[in-house]
Amino acid sequence: MSEPVTAPARAGAGSDPMRPERYRVVRTWPETHDTFTMVLAPVEAGARYRFEPGQFNMLYLPGVGEAAISMSGDPAETRQVTHTVRAVGRVTKLLQGLKRGDEVGLRGPFGVPWPVGLAKGRDVLLVAGGIGLAPLRPVVHHLLAHREQFGHVCLLFGARTPADVLFQKDIETWRGRFDASVEVSVDRAGPGWYGRVGVVTTLIPHARFDPANTIAFICGPEIMMHFTMRELERRELAREQAWVSMERNMKCGVGFCGHCQFGPLFVCKDGPVFRYDRVAPLLPVREV
Amino acid sequence: METHESVLAALPLFKGLKPEQIQQIASCAETATYEAGQFLGREGEPAEWFWVVRQGRIALETHAPGRAPLTLQTVSTDDVIGWSWLIPPHVLRFDIHALTASRAVRIDGKRLRELCGRDHELGHALIERVAQVLVRRMEAMSLQLMDLYGVHDGEHE
Repeated sequence: MSEPVTAPARAGAGSDPMRPERYRVVRTWPETHDTFTMVLAPVEAGARYRFEPGQFNMLYLPGVGEAAISMSGDPAETRQVTHTVRAVGRVTKLLQGLKRGDEVGLRGPFGVPWPVGLAKGRDVLLVAGGIGLAPLRPVVHHLLAHREQFGHVCLLFGARTPADVLFQKDIETWRGRFDASVEVSVDRAGPGWYGRVGVVTTLIPHARFDPANTIAFICGPEIMMHFTMRELERRELAREQAWVSMERNMKCGVGFCGHCQFGPLFVCKDGPVFRYDRVAPLLPVREV
Repeated sequence: METHESVLAALPLFKGLKPEQIQQIASCAETATYEAGQFLGREGEPAEWFWVVRQGRIALETHAPGRAPLTLQTVSTDDVIGWSWLIPPHVLRFDIHALTASRAVRIDGKRLRELCGRDHELGHALIERVAQVLVRRMEAMSLQLMDLYGVHDGEHE
């Protein structure tokens, strides 16, 4: 199964990948206690932004710094761009406080996207953990917008608690379409939760897909992706049929600085999406 | 028509068992239904059964005095729950709690232990399979303990 190994041409910004473009906050809303979604539009009148599912932008706050954030919106929408951000550091916590009309700098899109084209004619299995659902949300948008091109579509999502389930309205909508299966499990729950409890890997034995004709996209913490693949192999899905999105501390976004080096790979340029067999030897290693 | 034998034979857990071994297990099986909120068994009680869930959602829970019960895992259709019937001292380690109205094939563990005592090949096959259930549960619990989706020291943005 062939694999795209280079990033597509950058479509959103100007010719200098290191120069941020000006964007303005259109809307922002909380998803959970520490995660929010922010919609940005170019300040330049009539400018369009295009990306492919799985790519990321560098969002810049002057005088503070940059953070690499995957796009979480519909790739067919070109007038604005959506990011879902977990506020864990200085930049992301300040991004969380931005209001409508505030400006940010944006460089991107960067990185190798999910190979959605390879999934045509096949079952598609998406496995997401925590904030890992955000980079897969554009894939869901694409799959559902072109539903006739794919076999069975199945999304398995694991969250920490019921209060940490992202995109709850979307999940209800996706479930309500009846042409995709969406299962959610939480790691811990108290009384009053009648959904599933258990790590996301426990959903795999029940997931509906034909292992011989399935493409899997997996996104979440590395150890979760490692155990997800182990469970998929029990279902006889080969490593060559699975892609994962890696997260590293990305700075330049174009493979110059080396901050995101992962063994022999630069996550920003060679990834963040990799075919599983390419990164499998590195995943269980304590420090890479 | 669904029989206990056909349900057991279709389970991935029992893949590779001989038809006569499936028949032996099915001879210990019966159908049971549970109302939402009903306990199939409580921690410390004799482990007399194990269950193949056919419908509904059942929780494995543990508890500490004065605290709300903690759900360790839920199981649903085609999941197998209960392994203490095979391993001494044959007492339940967790509460088994029907979260919703549920239906299961329940298997008499005491009787099956007697069959295993007479037929060591069957006993070995079942121990191998119960060990698989335990390993997978241990893997899942170790992932839960890691608190995968929490914010941890050194995490970057």
